[in-house]
Amino acid sequence: MPIYHGLYVSLWSTLLPIFLIILLLFFKDSYLNYIVIPFLSEETIDLGIDEILYVKSFLINNISSLSTLISSGFISEGDANLLVEKYQESRVVSFSSLVLLSIILGFVSYKKLSVRYDARRRVERILKFIFFVFSTIAVLTTVGIIFSLIFETLRFFSQVGFFDFVFGTHWSPQTAIREDQVGSSGSFGSIPLFTGTLLITAVAMSIAAPLGLYSAIFLSQYAKPKTRDFLKPILEILAGIPTVVYGFFAALTVGPFVRSCGEYIGLTVATESALAAGLVMGVMIIPYVSSLSDDVMTAVPLSLRDGSLALGATKAETVKKVIIPAALPGIVSALLLAISRAIGETMIVVMAAGLAANLTANPLSAVTTVTVQIVTLLVGDQEFDSAKTLAAFALGLMLFVITLALNVFAMIIVRRYRERYE
Amino acid sequence: MSKNLSIRHRAEKRFIAYGFISLILAATMLATIIGSMIYRSIPAYTNYSIDLEINMTEISAEDEFEDINFRGIIRSSLFSFFPEVESRSDKRKLFKLISSSASYTLRDFIIENPSYINKKFYFNVLFTDDSDLFYKGYVDTSLSESERRLDNQEVAWLNELKNTGRVKNKISKNLFLNGDSREPEVAGFWGATIGSLITISVTLLLSFPVGVLTAIYLENFAVKNRITDFIEVNINNLAAVPSIIFGLLGLAVFINFFGMPRSIPLVGGLVLSLMTLPTIIIATRSSLQSVPPSIREAALAMGASEMQVVFQHLLPSALPGIFTGTIIGLARAFGESAPLLLIGMVAFIVDIPATFTDPATALPVQIYIWADSPERAFVAKTSAATLILIGLLILINLAAVLLRKRYEVKW
Repeated sequence: MPIYHGLYVSLWSTLLPIFLIILLLFFKDSYLNYIVIPFLSEETIDLGIDEILYVKSFLINNISSLSTLISSGFISEGDANLLVEKYQESRVVSFSSLVLLSIILGFVSYKKLSVRYDARRRVERILKFIFFVFSTIAVLTTVGIIFSLIFETLRFFSQVGFFDFVFGTHWSPQTAIREDQVGSSGSFGSIPLFTGTLLITAVAMSIAAPLGLYSAIFLSQYAKPKTRDFLKPILEILAGIPTVVYGFFAALTVGPFVRSCGEYIGLTVATESALAAGLVMGVMIIPYVSSLSDDVMTAVPLSLRDGSLALGATKAETVKKVIIPAALPGIVSALLLAISRAIGETMIVVMAAGLAANLTANPLSAVTTVTVQIVTLLVGDQEFDSAKTLAAFALGLMLFVITLALNVFAMIIVRRYRERYE
Repeated sequence: MSKNLSIRHRAEKRFIAYGFISLILAATMLATIIGSMIYRSIPAYTNYSIDLEINMTEISAEDEFEDINFRGIIRSSLFSFFPEVESRSDKRKLFKLISSSASYTLRDFIIENPSYINKKFYFNVLFTDDSDLFYKGYVDTSLSESERRLDNQEVAWLNELKNTGRVKNKISKNLFLNGDSREPEVAGFWGATIGSLITISVTLLLSFPVGVLTAIYLENFAVKNRITDFIEVNINNLAAVPSIIFGLLGLAVFINFFGMPRSIPLVGGLVLSLMTLPTIIIATRSSLQSVPPSIREAALAMGASEMQVVFQHLLPSALPGIFTGTIIGLARAFGESAPLLLIGMVAFIVDIPATFTDPATALPVQIYIWADSPERAFVAKTSAATLILIGLLILINLAAVLLRKRYEVKW
């Protein structure tokens, strides 16, 4: 088919140049460095590293416009002319060589074409390769996550001891500016963060597990199709509400409500209590529990259910004694996934939980979580070499490992379970 | 026996009741969230303003706009209501009742309509958030002076102004058409909405083609081996990684390593597309799987190549499912805020962004910023923005449902 002949030529003439353009973009920075550095004046070099960097980045950013370069005063008029000329020249050279390459490649492949030439197979082989490249992006993302986290974490552990971080019970990441200030070295014991996370997760799961499970049982075993059509969207909307809305609701309504309730029965409750954040998080997680356990319960073979009903068991007994035990692995994995969701949830706790790292199991007090600390450490400007910033990456790595372990564990359970019934 | 049976039946009823109650509880929570947002957002939609008589007769058309003292003109117009106010501090207090944005809006109005120079006319000027809340009845005047934002004198002034009949309650255009501001009466979520749309379009442009092509490769071409197995497990895991981790990745790789600037929608879109990718891949694969093998075999039998089978037969029938999955993934990205906080899209940005590289923020992040603001009027604004966000998301999801219903092929 002629379309494949055309595709063949166009793929040949564009692929390699596109690849080269991407490469060029990568090396553009170092090339600019290379042509700019000889033009830095003696005075600038005397000033010190920061100034050199500043002048360099100024020159590089404005290299295409002659007038800004001259008016900046970092460089004499003649030098500026020379620099811009050199830059334009390199652009012209790279552009024209790319065009030339593309023409040559197009021409060569065009010459190969003939009526009998099997262009379709070749085009498809090229496309297949492109597809493969795309499919590795997902892997590259994971690799990127792992490497960036591990790299920064290693830098963190070069400043703070590993055991101080993992087993330390005191968290106050503020490092003082001057050496002699009180608490000049921050302490990075992560235990209070993880107990806080666990506390809030526990509160959330104590809401989400029963409500989600009972909802799933009702929807999958009892509800008539019409009721189901009416009730299921409620859970879907709950799942679709952005977490920032839950956070706002928790901070504005639930927090003060829990506090005044506690005061009414004579308890002191912090406004940013773990209870308030956990309650709202529990509501957020209900749909995750219910939709997954709904799926596994409907997947239980009908013969089991019918057998139980035929023996005279009531529906509730069938659910409790037959369906739930049969679906247990699936339900457990649904709960595990929900827990991993709760641990990684950020916005609710950022807005409704506290900042102070208290080591406590009392849900009425304010605790902080891993995600809250990551956000507080990283929002705003930060340098990439202070222990404070790097601590966030270490926390992120631990978070990643924990949620990954939970997910993998849940997936293994589900896979075994599926094998049993399918 | 019969006694036993009635116990069992009662247990059955209890069990049903538990299930029903938990659903009702979930529904109540949903209703409470939406209801409280609606209730709290009521003061946000309108804003009290006053028609001030602007006297521009002393200004000639030759004056440069920069030289005109718009602030002074508004001040003298306001003070003309209260000739008895003499002291400087009282005057300052009086002037603080109306929005500090007033002189800028007047300037912009004059620049657009220069014909009003030399004339006397009425110009509508906003009140500050505190005066506005007072008019709406949210200031409890029975409290002692120190416990409320307006003291007795200011309350008296506001009441007197109201008696002039010039005070109006108008729909707040600022809320819908402005960018962020430190003044609640000026702040709006349009800038954040545009920022969100730009970010999401980057996400769509990147994640849709990559996701669909990846799914096609894994589903149709990949040979089953260790590498493709690893890719598969990877994608499933990636779908469950907490979103904040993607923010850390964006910060470390895009901003720190590649030196991209902070706060721009391009980086936000990149991060969100990495997050959305697994959703799109999984949705595409499952809708490709749902196309019956007979279609594929028939096409192959007619001499089509693998690639032709995919692009001419499988993909067209799987497209509704793919679109639905993509829309759902994008809706999630639209409501996401945690990763955007880490890559600096949480900045205070007044201007409405126009390109991929303008500093911007996103609608959910705007909600977070406003929720953190101490001014009471921002509570209403935040609730209004929340409702808009939920409304947009419901619309998007509805579109996905309709698309699936309309075009889904039943085999």
